[in-house]
Amino acid sequence: MSYIPHTDADREAMLKAIGVDSIEALFEAVPEKHRFPQIDLPEPLSEMEIAAEMEALSRFNVSASDYAIFLGAGSYHHYIPSLVNHMLLRGEFYTAYTPYQPEVSQGTLQAIFEFQTMITRLTGMDAANASHYDGATALAEAVTVAMAAHRDKRQKVILSPTVHPHYREVVRTYHQNRPVKFSGDRSGTATMLDLADMIDENTAMIALQYPNFFGQIEDYTEIIKAARTHGTLVCIVTDPVACALLKSPGELGADIVVGEGQSLGIPMSFGGPYLGFFAVKNEYVRRIAGRIVGETVDGDGRRAFVMTLRPREQDIRRDKASSNICTNQGLMALAACVHMTALGKQGMRRVAELCWHKSHYAAKEIGKLKGFSVDSSRPFFKEFVVTCPKPISEINDELLYHFGIIGGYDLGKDFPTRENQMLLCVTEMNSKDEIDTLVAGLRAIAAGDLHDHHHH
Amino acid sequence: MELSTKTPQPLEKTSYELSQPGRQGVRVPDPDVPLTDIPADLRRTDLDFPEMGELEVVRHFVKLSQLNYSIDKGFYPLGSCTMKYNPKINEDVARLPGFAHVHPLQSQGTTQGALALMYRVQEWLCEISGFDAVSIQPAAGAHGEFAGILMIRKYHIDRGDHKRTKILVPDSAHGTNPATTTMAGLQAIELPSDKNGDVDLDVLRKACEDHKDELAGMMITVPSTLGVFEEHIVDIIDIVHKAGGLMYMDGANMNALLGVAKPGELGFDVMHYNLHKTFSTPHGGGGPGSGPVVCNEKLAPFRPGPVVEIIEEAQDEEDAPLYGWVMPDKSIGRLKAFHGNFGMHVRAYAYISAYGSDLPKVTQYAVLNANYIRARLKGTYLMPFDRMCGHELVIEGHWPDKAPGVHALDISKRLMDYNFHPPTNYFPLIVPEALLIEPTETETKETLDSFIEAMLKIAEEARTDPELLHNAPHITPVKRVDEVKAAKDLVLCCRPTVIETAEPVAK
Repeated sequence: MSYIPHTDADREAMLKAIGVDSIEALFEAVPEKHRFPQIDLPEPLSEMEIAAEMEALSRFNVSASDYAIFLGAGSYHHYIPSLVNHMLLRGEFYTAYTPYQPEVSQGTLQAIFEFQTMITRLTGMDAANASHYDGATALAEAVTVAMAAHRDKRQKVILSPTVHPHYREVVRTYHQNRPVKFSGDRSGTATMLDLADMIDENTAMIALQYPNFFGQIEDYTEIIKAARTHGTLVCIVTDPVACALLKSPGELGADIVVGEGQSLGIPMSFGGPYLGFFAVKNEYVRRIAGRIVGETVDGDGRRAFVMTLRPREQDIRRDKASSNICTNQGLMALAACVHMTALGKQGMRRVAELCWHKSHYAAKEIGKLKGFSVDSSRPFFKEFVVTCPKPISEINDELLYHFGIIGGYDLGKDFPTRENQMLLCVTEMNSKDEIDTLVAGLRAIAAGDLHDHHHH
Repeated sequence: MELSTKTPQPLEKTSYELSQPGRQGVRVPDPDVPLTDIPADLRRTDLDFPEMGELEVVRHFVKLSQLNYSIDKGFYPLGSCTMKYNPKINEDVARLPGFAHVHPLQSQGTTQGALALMYRVQEWLCEISGFDAVSIQPAAGAHGEFAGILMIRKYHIDRGDHKRTKILVPDSAHGTNPATTTMAGLQAIELPSDKNGDVDLDVLRKACEDHKDELAGMMITVPSTLGVFEEHIVDIIDIVHKAGGLMYMDGANMNALLGVAKPGELGFDVMHYNLHKTFSTPHGGGGPGSGPVVCNEKLAPFRPGPVVEIIEEAQDEEDAPLYGWVMPDKSIGRLKAFHGNFGMHVRAYAYISAYGSDLPKVTQYAVLNANYIRARLKGTYLMPFDRMCGHELVIEGHWPDKAPGVHALDISKRLMDYNFHPPTNYFPLIVPEALLIEPTETETKETLDSFIEAMLKIAEEARTDPELLHNAPHITPVKRVDEVKAAKDLVLCCRPTVIETAEPVAK
């Protein structure tokens, strides 16, 4: 019976203590008509069989461990130091519950406290929480914070069209029954000046992405100035890897900074579990949703950590809570904490520099190819847009089949005006050889010259 | 003995305190490409991060881990959280390169293994619950609840019925239920329970009558948060349906229902699962979880998405079908970037595979364990209801006559001295000094016996030496912590900036 340890003798002794004859007798309160339905599931498997079946299933996927990958768009293949996984696999961390009992949870609590610290430093904010489900849901919760900060008196939120399309969808899902109107991103072509013009006294928040979905570093000076003038909160969605090298969103003037922390020691894992982070200026600390860890002392005066500002949360405030979040991404926050600590101040910057140099090398080489053009209208960090001479799905099929490369994101899927445009991502994981193969592959695909190439 | 007046040392320094300027962590390679200038006006000037050597990092986190209690260390009878064994094989399979290193935006053709896995998990979750359709996108139970309530609201709106904005919630409910209702833009109406802890049918009928045209639905936990099977569940469902409302089941307690009843057959319209409770994916010190939402045909078009479907049936026995992403046609929308917590789906797949058709045994033994504890604590501890329990039991952690001044919290803290994690305390809210105990099916009789012995001993100590309980715990890494100071002084990071302008919590 897999993970159930009872012997027949145990069961009989326990039934006797309860005063019933059979296990079935424990369920008499369940309406008889509906009691003990058939459940059609496969035969039970041993551990060995499960391992074999799942290994086989996993081989039906093309993975970045066998192929070179240039796909990003919100999920990234970064190096994860070995020790990260070793720490995550400590049962003391991963089989613990949310640290409601601080006396027996100081490990989790201090790790979250250190995670909060590093997130505030990367983002240039004053405080951060213990995590959200992912970057998209963190942005959705930022809208709630901004609405509440204006005491629900402002109904407009502007979304930059260069914010990740999934994030903008999630924001709309979250707030579909609420009195808030989203604008700015529908045409897909609004410039920062257009957005600045849209900000008015009824605008609660503006959401920007830095570097934006297309990898570019836009100039947000004017729009942030306009937001200031109208008392509109500025929320910046950011990439924590970029933050290790570039000016922090706080330095640019953000009030709230959210983002996806998957790049910090968490594998791509087909989209989850990931790590939403959420950081704010001091004045919004008490409006953050989710868990926050604070420093205090124990009965002996010894430093200790504890979940704090608890009265904001659903289990206490119930229908007055601003969010229902409880389980978040605790272990993923630990992964990020270990990852950032392991790389440290220098390692974090060096990873970001590698992304910069390698992506710029790739862009330069691809820009030289006939039929391809790289968007170099603005500086970029690790992703850039390439206009290609053929449909992206065709190019990606050929890159995969002939060159063993997982190609970039097909922007035409989300942006009708961007047909034949590909978003390429280059991280520290892409060697010069891989980049050169990508460039050679694109050249050959454009020229229709593929006979000599076949990837095994 | 002379008492020291010095402040005791922290258990473990923070990484910022352990940091030494110039010390390097894990090495990062030098660039193998020609360099490109990084414009100075884009760069940050400094990053205030720790600088530690690799061994120091490892020791730091190992020391921190040792300050935690965990399932791997001992019994964790935390009610409503289902702290069962988290099988090790599940961690291994989730880390297979063919799962861990797959990008969520890869083409359908390159991800058939992952899609097949998700599809089977979807099918199994429908089969286990008796529902027709599912979305495994929600990232946690509360996220699944949110999906379910948005689906109910959109169902009504789709029928042109815009007035239905009220959700009935029993006073015994998890806090997430009313919070979810508000978050979805609806209003919660609290229903008082009867003296047995069940929904009072007369109160329910009156509420349905009072809010007839505005009733969107009702949220209820089965078995209830008191750990008991609601006696009139089928009547409750019927009354709400007749008033035009839909029934939401909070599936937090599904560990008591596997093979015992299918919520879809009981008449529920929608519910969420917690894969991190029922299907053993680890709690991780506060997530990640996974909160699939399952529903009947009526609500299927409104599911969050995309979901996995078969795009092309298999041609013959040897062939596999082609799986792909489909957005339900009236979907409430996307609830999360990408496709949900896939890593949790992998673990749940491994877990369900292990039990397969034996899955009902999970519930049978979980309920056996809970009732065994109930039977043996009866007489020593006050019990609000004298009836068979489900997978968990609620007792009262006080003796107003025999040990005035002793509270549930004292019992919880004293249990730590006996090397047990405390039960959930002060929930459900409607039981005075509640202690909610959930043993799960993976614990042996010997473990339960030693827990019971500790509980009986504590009951004796409460009478003979109450101070022992008030000052507990005595053997944990830290003593009781000052929560008031934490909230008042608000230090939320190492070397913090001063928080001056914090607003008071709004009334």
